[in-house]
Amino acid sequence: MATNSEQLYGKRRRANQIGLVLSMAAMALGLAALLWILVVLFGNGLAALDWAIFTNDTPAPGSEGGGLRNAMVGSLMIVGLAVLVSTPVGILAGIYLTEFGDTSKTAEFTRFITDIMLSAPSIVLGLFVYAIAVATVGNFSGYAGSMALSLIAIPVVMRTTENMMRLVPGSLREAAFALGAPRWKVTTMVTLRAARSGVITGLLLAVARISGETAPLLFTALNNQFYSTDLGRPMANLPVVIFQFAMSPYENWIRLAWAGALIITLAVLVLNILARVFFRDKGKA
Amino acid sequence: MNQTAVASPTAALDATPNALEVRNLNFFYGKFQGLKNVSMNIAERKVTAFIGPSGCGKSTLLRTLNRMYSLYPGQRAEGQIHFYGQDILDPKQDLNLLRARIGMVFQKPTPFPMTIYDNIAFGVKLYENLSRSEMDDRVEWALTKAALWAEVKDKLGQNGMSLSGGQQQRLCIARSVAVKPSVLLLDEPTSALDPISTGKVEELVNELKKDYTIAIVTHNMQQAARCSDYTAYMYLGELIEFGETQQIFFKPKRTETEDYITGRFG
Repeated sequence: MATNSEQLYGKRRRANQIGLVLSMAAMALGLAALLWILVVLFGNGLAALDWAIFTNDTPAPGSEGGGLRNAMVGSLMIVGLAVLVSTPVGILAGIYLTEFGDTSKTAEFTRFITDIMLSAPSIVLGLFVYAIAVATVGNFSGYAGSMALSLIAIPVVMRTTENMMRLVPGSLREAAFALGAPRWKVTTMVTLRAARSGVITGLLLAVARISGETAPLLFTALNNQFYSTDLGRPMANLPVVIFQFAMSPYENWIRLAWAGALIITLAVLVLNILARVFFRDKGKA
Repeated sequence: MNQTAVASPTAALDATPNALEVRNLNFFYGKFQGLKNVSMNIAERKVTAFIGPSGCGKSTLLRTLNRMYSLYPGQRAEGQIHFYGQDILDPKQDLNLLRARIGMVFQKPTPFPMTIYDNIAFGVKLYENLSRSEMDDRVEWALTKAALWAEVKDKLGQNGMSLSGGQQQRLCIARSVAVKPSVLLLDEPTSALDPISTGKVEELVNELKKDYTIAIVTHNMQQAARCSDYTAYMYLGELIEFGETQQIFFKPKRTETEDYITGRFG
């Protein structure tokens, strides 16, 4: 009897050790891949970074020097406009889903469509915007780029807002209703406020997501070799510049592509850290 | 058996004016009937306690009195509840105005995610347009009423959620008092609190009944005995016995009530 249970225990210990080793190996593999990416990115990117990147525009093929100023400004404008559009739409739609629609047919349908949008390949959204806002107008434009990015960001903001609002306990809403507050006031002053840090986190993650999107910009904002702040015209932006430059035969362009990749990665990293800080503050409050 | 339960308290309470008169109230959660033909009076400026085992319908009854249940589509009430003559179950009843006059404090403290000051001012701003100094006075008055002023007067700008549980609950009471309702509904207001905070809230209830009609749901029999004037014993959605607290606790007319109060049941 005793030996039997000892055997069983030994077996379990070995199974435990094998499981542990396998999961550690998987973790090491995942971590190694990520670190490898970062090492290569930082190695190539840091070597390419200089002040001129921020002051000069993208150079002509084969020429020396140059920078990414037009692409960075373009990216900021396109992403900025997309955020300006998707923030109110996403948050208001999320509020509708939790506070007003709830289990209604409209809300269920909206949720279903949103889930599809969340997992739709971004190139499809880009193609869609190309068809309705580029092909019809006749030229690529920053506006079309913003539109495509908004289509990606809206469902993200919507679902995070909904999920965060849902986490607010019903008793808090009831307490506000019990004072005689109308529904819109309960929603804006109490529920949304209680979910604030989560909603902001969702926004930041949506921004991080769209700032690296390339496919939807390829058919919409396209690119522009020159500095331009006219959203009605084709516009330079970091992801497309990286895409074009990295695949070019010119060493100078390839160098700039690495620099651009590093800049985007750092920007997304900062956004993610900000999102974490906001979410952590929620615990303290 | 409801008939006998109802007849005596109505007679007993005739002397005091009633803030609320519940008549033949039936309540449904979808198909489940939560309240069965309940009739009772809630006397003005008295404390009425609802006791009974879990699921007996005491919280349900409380939540009909300010139409809280109307937030949930599957819930409905039949019968009448007269609030100074007006039937609040009338579909045309304005719920926001009703709730501003019949305040409610919940089991768990629910401070809003804003400063202590704004927690109080929130409800007041809904129906009154006060100047800054008038609002300051109102906040101080409400916090004093809730026996919290001394503890928070130097930190009105702090988040309401930074207070302790007992303080949060008194903040919630202050918030309800601040809008000057005529009735206060307390749904197990001390079940999440320690004995010291519970004592403070009970003292508060005694103090507040000078100005307000109070209905309190409690699981704590001693609490009902200590701070109420009238007690209703409920079981399985029915009002079993209702009368003066003294009578319910010392000379209950029905054996079910006696069994519950003496701890043989429930």
